[in-house]
Amino acid sequence: MGAHAHAADAGHAAGHHAHHHHEESFISKWVFSQDHKMIGKQFLVTAIVMAWVAVIMSLIFRLQLAWPNEGFAFTNFFLGDKWAPGGVLDSNMYLALVTIHGTIMVFFVLTGGLSGTFANLLIPLQVGARDMASGFINMLSYWFFFLSSVVMLASLFVEGGPASAGWTIYPPLSALPKAIPGSGTGMTLWLVSMTLFIASSLMGGLNYVVTILNLRTKGMKMTRLPLTIWALFLTAVLGILSFPVLLSAALLLLLDRTIGTSFYLSDIHLAGEALEQTGGSPILFQHLFWFLGHPEVYIVLLPALGITSEIISTNARKPIFGYRAMIGSILAIGFLSFIVWGHHMFVTGMNPFLGSVFVATTLLIAIPSAVKVFNYITTLWRGNIVFTPGMLFSIGLVATFIAGGLTGIILADSALDIAVHDTYFVVAHFHIVMGMSAIFGMFAGIYHWFPKMYGKMMNTKLGYAHFWITFICAFGVFFPMHFIGLAGAPRRYYNYTEFPMFDSVVDLNIVVTIFAIVGALAQVIFTYNFFYSVFRGPKAVQNPWKSNTLEWTTPVEHIHGNWPGPIPTVHRWPYDYSKPGKQEDWVSQITPLDHDEEEH
Amino acid sequence: MTKLLILIVVVLGILAVAQLARVYELTSKLRGKREEDITPADNRMNAMLMWLFPFAYFGFFLWLVLAYGDKMLPVAASTQGADTDALLDFNWWILISVFIITNALLFFYAGKYVYDKNRKAFWQPHNNKLELAWTIAPAIVLFVIIIYGLTTWQHITAPAGPDAVHVELYAKQFDWTARYPGQDGMLGATDYRLINGENPLGIVTEKALAARLAEIEKEKAEAMASLDQVLPESKVAEIEHRIEYLDRMAARLVNLRMVMEQDIKTNGDASAYLHGADDVVTKDFHLPVNKESNILIRSRDIIHSAFIPHLRIQMNAVPGMTTSMKVVPTITTDSMRTIPEVMRQVEEINALRQKQGKEAYVFDFILLCNKICGASHYNMQMPLIVTSAAEFDAWVAEANKKPFEGSAEAAAPTTTDSTNTSAGADSMAVAMANGQPTNP
Repeated sequence: MGAHAHAADAGHAAGHHAHHHHEESFISKWVFSQDHKMIGKQFLVTAIVMAWVAVIMSLIFRLQLAWPNEGFAFTNFFLGDKWAPGGVLDSNMYLALVTIHGTIMVFFVLTGGLSGTFANLLIPLQVGARDMASGFINMLSYWFFFLSSVVMLASLFVEGGPASAGWTIYPPLSALPKAIPGSGTGMTLWLVSMTLFIASSLMGGLNYVVTILNLRTKGMKMTRLPLTIWALFLTAVLGILSFPVLLSAALLLLLDRTIGTSFYLSDIHLAGEALEQTGGSPILFQHLFWFLGHPEVYIVLLPALGITSEIISTNARKPIFGYRAMIGSILAIGFLSFIVWGHHMFVTGMNPFLGSVFVATTLLIAIPSAVKVFNYITTLWRGNIVFTPGMLFSIGLVATFIAGGLTGIILADSALDIAVHDTYFVVAHFHIVMGMSAIFGMFAGIYHWFPKMYGKMMNTKLGYAHFWITFICAFGVFFPMHFIGLAGAPRRYYNYTEFPMFDSVVDLNIVVTIFAIVGALAQVIFTYNFFYSVFRGPKAVQNPWKSNTLEWTTPVEHIHGNWPGPIPTVHRWPYDYSKPGKQEDWVSQITPLDHDEEEH
Repeated sequence: MTKLLILIVVVLGILAVAQLARVYELTSKLRGKREEDITPADNRMNAMLMWLFPFAYFGFFLWLVLAYGDKMLPVAASTQGADTDALLDFNWWILISVFIITNALLFFYAGKYVYDKNRKAFWQPHNNKLELAWTIAPAIVLFVIIIYGLTTWQHITAPAGPDAVHVELYAKQFDWTARYPGQDGMLGATDYRLINGENPLGIVTEKALAARLAEIEKEKAEAMASLDQVLPESKVAEIEHRIEYLDRMAARLVNLRMVMEQDIKTNGDASAYLHGADDVVTKDFHLPVNKESNILIRSRDIIHSAFIPHLRIQMNAVPGMTTSMKVVPTITTDSMRTIPEVMRQVEEINALRQKQGKEAYVFDFILLCNKICGASHYNMQMPLIVTSAAEFDAWVAEANKKPFEGSAEAAAPTTTDSTNTSAGADSMAVAMANGQPTNP
């Protein structure tokens, strides 16, 4: 932990390697790096690998849903004869795939991948710090994440298959291997993996909060922070407050599974045998889970919204509209996210009055969300828009945030939720508002900060192709699901052939699957573009997007400590784009105010 | 072989993309273009696509509405369903307007204000009046939505009236069982430790308790006897464990008997322990039309969810507790089959099924499981038959002839899988479903 000492010393980073306390070896530079920029990149690459695993899983179960019980070489290729005899997906494996797809996407890609990448890369660079408060803990955070990913992937190969109780792992299903084979070793590994993940997330989160609060450079007032930092700050706070609750939920579940406690189990008769546990409540788990689970939605979403705020402002060449309102919305969303978890539980038999309270608090979140959308649109209004791939994905995010946010109003209304709860309507809703928005934010961030991460440029044309195909496919995949859900079709069904009442809508599943396949192929373009550009992309200039924030004042080549000389002083907010009286349409945060210039 | 072919295709595909990108890069290098410079042509193309996209987007939406709107759930067949649908329609009007307006503005502005190097963006960091306006406007709309929503919610969740028909739905992997209160109009108490082949819901009666205790004693005696043989140590330990388990089970049942006797002493005839014998355990699920029913829901093993889409009702089945939902069905199964909208849907479905060589579909209300519960979650269903009050009474009278205890037929174990039962008073109580119990 002494490693952070260098951060305080402006002079030492000016030197070359000789001035460092140690020569950087291959291991300390590429593997056990304590440099926040490298750690950010490690998070990103791990997340890309995990995302591919989850995408392939989704393709496998999408094939099954579109053409139920038909054999596919693709399915057999990945699952082998045990789980896909003749290429026909096994029904237990189907549940395992939806479970692990959700787990990986929510936690490993959109939490670890998104926050891990951009909090690490951007926090020190945008607040003007030499590194994170503790480089060592930051390194541990990555390696716990890595270990957690390895354990999760290993769980795919155990006897009985991986965890299969849905990503929400509700007990008793997740507690009893006799109820579903995935609740054996697979579930144990899931819990171990999540425990490591939570440790990683807490170490990261504490670091982010401390760095933002304590290591801002001179002049970087809280009201001069880029919105990315505000979003990452709130994200870290939400994580610190909510992940420990998931950890306790997981530990109690582990006890129920191993030593026969009954926190969640009561009066169960399974496989011809009465279990001895009584007095527990499965609903308790749901309260604990969603106390994390709902803030988790915003842990996923806020960084994406922060990234988008920054990119839209930069590329509209216009200050983000309502900077303070944007901060206010983030704070309001963060606060409200802790008192809405019950809206996942309207049909669990929870007291209806309690349900009413959750209806009200949940619907209140629509207000700050609406403010954010209006502010984005107003920022575009009379802007001067440069369509970088990052900008396209940011605009895409606003569109998915609108579409998914609005259906949230239906689901938050408890009376309506009864009719659509756990149907495909829900699947459509959260994939659009949380999945698509967050992944669009992540793509936007990757395209925008790629030059900062690798000193190279990604190919723009491939970026365009990637965006437009992905954007169209996103709606092609998830829009029809609303209709399948409104017809009453439940989620997590292996097929619908047993219900003639759904016969006339399930052909939409074919539409969905075709869009899913095309959408997945578009990600090949991205992956290729990413890795090709890392090695052979054209060299980047220092500030390719003519952006105001501090990270673009550092040299293209990464150096330990970020700035070769002293850390620059900040004189203004980050959104002085197209400011009247200025020659250029941008003014870096480090440019002092003119005599008579007002701050904004 | 196929695997190899797939791999080759994938590799070739990647190589092709790589070559294309390489060519593109070389040509842009020749032209001296830098990657971060977005050319006016690129900007214009994306701006144009921004304008075209909403047509595709709204067009797709419209197509879905036109092509699939009439395949959604038909008219709700319950009073609360009608309320729900009205609330839903009200919400849709607001949401779809907001959806179209905000998206239209987003894509219109994105396409319109495309970059022009001779122009500067409008300097407008904030506008407090505007921001206040669009904070208050959604707040007002949401206030209305909340009030309307909560009014409906209170309606739906208010306790059932004293005259409600009581029926219990019992869930287990992967089927449903119904229980009716029998002649005394009261559901008997249950305990999951009593569950066995003859008592799938674990209804508590003196007789059931004695039978279960005898069963345990018998198993214990067998286990003891098997210990007389020479067995490997691990096997011995296993049997000893089993015996301990059986002892604990027996002790708890003895305790249950004490609780039962105490309860009967205190509450007399009102004790739930006295009302189990005449309960009707059945695979047929009937409800009367235009009458309030209170559906109690329990689970034997894990969480399930009782969902009847046509009635717009849903409630989880949670082991260890009893949940409930009330409903007033407004259309009988038979009437439902004659509603034009339903007939049209059924015809359409049957046209499809005929092509696929499947048997014809007849409309039924379906109770389905809507909480992930394992391998056959996707086929955990039971039809619901809604009949006139008179038909319902007749069915109940018939069913009451086969109570849980006291009738010879009741003891015959059956594992019926009821999938497409049609309405009719002839389908009667089958005492052997699957179930468990706990609830006075």
